Amino acid sequence: MADNKTVLIKVKRQKDPKSAPYWEEFELQFRSGMNVISALMDVALNPVTRTGQATTAIAYDSNCLEEVCGSCAMLINGRTRMACSALIDNLEQPVAIEPFTKFPVIRDLQVDRSVLFENLKRVKAWVPVDGTYDLGSGPRLSPQEQEEAYPLSRCISCCCCMEACPQFNENTGFVGAAAISQVRLFNTHPTGKALKTERLRALMGDGGIHECGYAQNCVEVCPKDIPLTTSIAEVGGQVMVQAFKDLFRK
Amino acid sequence: MAINPKIVVVGGGLAGLAAVIKVAEMGGQVDLFSIVPVKRSHSVCAQGGINAAKNLKGEGDSTWQHFDDTVYGGDFLANQPPVKGMCDAAPGIIDLLDRMGVPFNRTAEGLLDFRRFGGTLFNRTAFAGATTGQQLLYALDEQVRRYESEGKVRKFEHWEFLSAVLDGNQVCRGICAMDLRTMEVRTFPADAVIIATGGNGMIFGKSTNSVVCTGSAQSALYQQGAFYANGEFIQVHPTAIPGEDKLRLMSESARGEGGRVWVPKQPGDKRDPQSIPANERWYFLEEWYPKYGNLVPRDVATRAIFKVVYEHNLGIDGQPMVYLDLTHIDRKVLDRKLEGILEIYEKFVGDDPRDVPMKIFPGMHYTMGGLWVDFNQQTNIKGLYAAGECEYQYHGANRLGANSLVSCIYGGFMSGPNAVKYARSQQTSTDDVSSSVFEAEQRRQEEFNDLLINNPGNENPFQIWRELGAVMTKNCTVIRYNKNLQETDGKLVELLQRFRNVNLSDKSMWANTSFVFTRQLYNMLQLSRVIAQGAYLRNESRGAHYKPDFPDRDDQNFLKTTKAYFAPDADEPRFEFEPVDTSLIPPRPRRYDAAT
Repeated sequence: MADNKTVLIKVKRQKDPKSAPYWEEFELQFRSGMNVISALMDVALNPVTRTGQATTAIAYDSNCLEEVCGSCAMLINGRTRMACSALIDNLEQPVAIEPFTKFPVIRDLQVDRSVLFENLKRVKAWVPVDGTYDLGSGPRLSPQEQEEAYPLSRCISCCCCMEACPQFNENTGFVGAAAISQVRLFNTHPTGKALKTERLRALMGDGGIHECGYAQNCVEVCPKDIPLTTSIAEVGGQVMVQAFKDLFRK
Repeated sequence: MAINPKIVVVGGGLAGLAAVIKVAEMGGQVDLFSIVPVKRSHSVCAQGGINAAKNLKGEGDSTWQHFDDTVYGGDFLANQPPVKGMCDAAPGIIDLLDRMGVPFNRTAEGLLDFRRFGGTLFNRTAFAGATTGQQLLYALDEQVRRYESEGKVRKFEHWEFLSAVLDGNQVCRGICAMDLRTMEVRTFPADAVIIATGGNGMIFGKSTNSVVCTGSAQSALYQQGAFYANGEFIQVHPTAIPGEDKLRLMSESARGEGGRVWVPKQPGDKRDPQSIPANERWYFLEEWYPKYGNLVPRDVATRAIFKVVYEHNLGIDGQPMVYLDLTHIDRKVLDRKLEGILEIYEKFVGDDPRDVPMKIFPGMHYTMGGLWVDFNQQTNIKGLYAAGECEYQYHGANRLGANSLVSCIYGGFMSGPNAVKYARSQQTSTDDVSSSVFEAEQRRQEEFNDLLINNPGNENPFQIWRELGAVMTKNCTVIRYNKNLQETDGKLVELLQRFRNVNLSDKSMWANTSFVFTRQLYNMLQLSRVIAQGAYLRNESRGAHYKPDFPDRDDQNFLKTTKAYFAPDADEPRFEFEPVDTSLIPPRPRRYDAAT
């Protein structure tokens, strides 16, 4: 593959949320170290399709280009992944690039993923500090506790876990693995657990944690290797206990 | 007088979010604007840590020592009182972040762990693995989301700042912004505005910065009359991974944890690096700077690497690269303290840095210069504040590693309350300002949009940008010559001319990303002239600004802040110089090579 002089990509495009999608193919000069983002940048520099038709630069979300901002999630050869870390050398050609299918398309590869941020509000994914004035140091934590919290806190909100989840769809309204894993993170924190009950109740009912079908796709596609299924299992247990408590309180 | 003033914050990185939290806490109403969802801001890229002299390692560290290291590292160009304020506040900021749940690494006793960074001899850097910026941003993002759910903050994500709305007295009364999806241009009145729009790495084509770091907002404000200070001070990070689309940062913390920089002594040595014996390796930083070793400040390390590569011709395999070696460090330690950055190297290069020395080279990383602000973070435009990398105040001629996160948060914490106080002290509220002021600004921006979208030229904006990046990287980074700087400005004038003939292949008015980029490009070009001309005027070497023809620091003539302002008629920058406040630490020679 590295010997190829050119790279073939095909991009599923869509002018706006209402219009129909269509495919365009591009043949680009290969350079070693090229990733999907640099291929899209090359198209912007010379927006001409493989057949010589003039077209427009492709709209896509990106920012940090080092897989930490979570912007450039898309389907690449059918797999949910980040475009910045998708090296052309490792991809079969033509490289098929598509927007996520479970989020509304804005334009081309851009989709609206604001649902995750709404879900984070719903589960109160924060530590309720009293204020920003000087109140001394935070709670002591053992290195073991830090080592458990840190991986969960590395979620980049890319929504790969939701795109890959068979249960994440309009019918279920499932909240998705990312938000559930944040519940685990904040319920573990010495101050954050003050809101534990509220978080768990937010995961009951429509679209709650019970929608999970244990397909385990989330943990497979997570670019940050977050132990999402462990989070779901643990939070699922917490929700059960909470539901039980609530039942007897009524 | 507004009891609950409306404050617009532009930018949702650390500085912007810090400002939002303070304003909301004081009862202000915030409209927060960001190009990307704030959780995706460039602050996520900060890796190594955040400085605060907590002195938890029994080393006798103090906030004064932090202050001295920062001023000395910045080659005495920073006004000292605000720097002292920042260093004094830093331990409290760490405590607050700790309370907000940032998963900082811990000692066995459960206290915060600290590591060493460049330009200091103390273990002063708190860290959360090697993704500290991400963790801090998330903590502030979560607090802002909490305020958002309480109705105290409104977020305008996927909106681009276009300009400030200034009344007839040049007082800032709000902003003009564009929805990046509908392309609608709108004005937003505010009692005060805080700009926290980060760096300008995109001017250099490839840098360690994120795509949104164009400096476009700062440039727009400079063109509206704001001073831009010390623009010529650009930090080139010694250790970045060269890439096709960007230069990826390899954190200074790699050296803080014991990483060593070296090249084979024999030019063009083709052996596997692991098979090269110790006596055939040149650890040039350790040899040249025995006291600080691999942890000299970034400008010093970068120039050393340039010297080794270009003067000694000892780049790896003749290429412009040197080794950054972690292979002698225990894998478990590496995983616990540096995993985030090792993962980046593994994913983007394909080698495991636990087994193989990394190949790195300096890359444009940070701007010390930015919007001029006073000690209250206010620009010379009343009602317009700035915080974070977009302003110039804390780092002088060179920023020390792990000082950016603390300056962002401190700047945000200063600007928020000061903006609220300012708004509360105003006799005339923004509500009383004539709507014609807002309409005029909106019209001005819409006319520019119309002009751009219908322009009949033949220039591709992305091509102009590539040429901009190439000339700026070549002549305005590590080594600067006046002849080249003059040529650069000539090239910038040419690019601005060609911009007039720019042609957009995409003329649609829905989520038109190349149109948005082209708007930013214009502002990048204007700001580039401030950088190039500022560098030309400063005939000395200080911090990151190095001229071989003027190799020494010249306090007599240049212990001064460069202040650029825009001359609209001439369509170019003018300059004046302001004395630096060195009232606390008298300037002394900056010599990291000295043995004591």
